[in-house]
Amino acid sequence: MSEHEIELSVNGRRQVVRVPARRLLSDCLRHDLAFTSTHVGCEQGTCGACTVLVDGAPMRSCLLPAVTVDGCEITTAEGCRAPDGGLGRVQRALVRCQGVQCGFCTPGMVVSIVAFLRECPRPSPEQARDAVAGVLCRCTGYQDLVAAVLHAARPDGGASG
Amino acid sequence: MKPAPFDYHRPRSLEEALVTLDRLGTTGTVMAGGQSLVPLMNRREVSPANIVDINFLVELSGITHEDRAVRVGALVRHAELERDAAVRRRNPLLAEAVPHIAHAAIRSRGTTVGSLVHADPTAEMPAVLVALGGSVELRSAAGGRTVPATEFFLGANRCCAAVGELAVAASFPVPPPRTGTAWLEVARQRGGRAVCGVAAVVTLDTGRRVERATATYAGVGATPVLVDLTEVMTGTRFDDLARWRAAADEGGSALAPADDLHASAGYRRHLARVLAERAGRLAAIRATGA
Ligand SMILES: Cc1cc2nc3c(=O)[nH]c(=O)nc-3n(C[C@H](O)[C@H](O)[C@H](O)COP(=O)(O)OP(=O)(O)OC[C@H]3O[C@@H](n4cnc5c(N)ncnc54)[C@H](O)[C@@H]3O)c2cc1C
Ligand code: FES
Ligand code: FES
Repeated sequence: MSEHEIELSVNGRRQVVRVPARRLLSDCLRHDLAFTSTHVGCEQGTCGACTVLVDGAPMRSCLLPAVTVDGCEITTAEGCRAPDGGLGRVQRALVRCQGVQCGFCTPGMVVSIVAFLRECPRPSPEQARDAVAGVLCRCTGYQDLVAAVLHAARPDGGASG
Repeated sequence: MKPAPFDYHRPRSLEEALVTLDRLGTTGTVMAGGQSLVPLMNRREVSPANIVDINFLVELSGITHEDRAVRVGALVRHAELERDAAVRRRNPLLAEAVPHIAHAAIRSRGTTVGSLVHADPTAEMPAVLVALGGSVELRSAAGGRTVPATEFFLGANRCCAAVGELAVAASFPVPPPRTGTAWLEVARQRGGRAVCGVAAVVTLDTGRRVERATATYAGVGATPVLVDLTEVMTGTRFDDLARWRAAADEGGSALAPADDLHASAGYRRHLARVLAERAGRLAAIRATGA
């Protein structure tokens, strides 16, 4: 089994790590680098809890051997904070609209919604539903998640009301 | 679960990739997006000894708009096709089918060519390639060949790429003038695998009568099934509802879907008929403006 030294930028900080070829990015982030917001549910690509941004695009970290994203920029839910270190726009909207219950799906939701709003800043309710459909949530029933997407997309960034 | 241990190879050029695959023979497995391969490895359904990662081969990236086809390199992700405005304009069938593939997070990594090689019987891209009469370019250390879609798919999850062969690109022909296309599918949930999907391709004559019509079905056989509806439809007006129904019935009778966990054979055949009728009509209406 081959081992490899890889370089990642995680939430803007350079990380050099030595991994066996079989190490999944999800495990590399959690165990090697301690970014434990990346949750692992199924390791099949189905649940979406492990979703992170790779060079800005949402991807399942459980379906990527870490070595294949050597040189990439990774953003986890920790990296979706506001510049002042407080909760980011999407995180605030999720809290405000009761889109967080047990929290297991939340990190995958946060990064998926952040990526979605970059591509589609003024979504329709239908598009907002689609944005959260790729991550399984057993708690909220999704209505509050859809509301959070629409709230975060408001021109004032969901800052008020 | 986690993948079993393996050795990882990262060729830096197409030449090096082909030499590596040749040397590794049956012990080497290509990894593109990994969106079908890694779930199988995590479940230990496959445990390749050597993974050859093609993600660093810039030569395989890019969508090329050729005269009569959209050529898709092996590193083009589903999401790149989805975003390409020229693909929407020149090859609306391809553009219409891509968003039905899984969710955004899978489409941003999974490759369209990888989906063809993986040859899932319910997948969208194989059916679209067959419907348009496309082809796949294969390369190996020994040379290259271009295989038409009708010969590429051999069975469920089986295509004709041999050991040591790399699929470098696929060509999706641009439909001819006065041709309309449509992709319709039913899945159990948004982003889920298709229970049945149908691609219709309809060409009208200058008097808006049907000249040629085909329906290509996903999810009802081991490979995409193309049924030529031209005989039933030829010479009929594009909006002749009764004839489209008759054609869809005829198309459906050529299919032999199987029962599985997701749907009975009877339900699949029902969907195939309903979807072919709607897709045929829709493609015909679109053809009047094409
Ligand atoms: C949760 C989930 C849902 C999905 N839903 C759908 C869906 O609805 N519809 C759908 O069509 N797909 C679906 N997929 C599969 C997805 O589209 C894959 O991206 C695609 O099937 C394979 O592309 P890949 O680049 O990821 O290939 P990989 O997983 O890297 O490879 C797949 C197979 O093809 C071989 N291979 C790949 N590229 C080449 C090449 N260039 N030359 C030679 N061999 C090659 C590999 O060796 C492997 O055997 C889903 C996947 C997941 C995880
Ligand atoms: S753990 Fe990655 S999708 Fe479920
Ligand atoms: S909040 Fe519990 S799974 Fe979504």
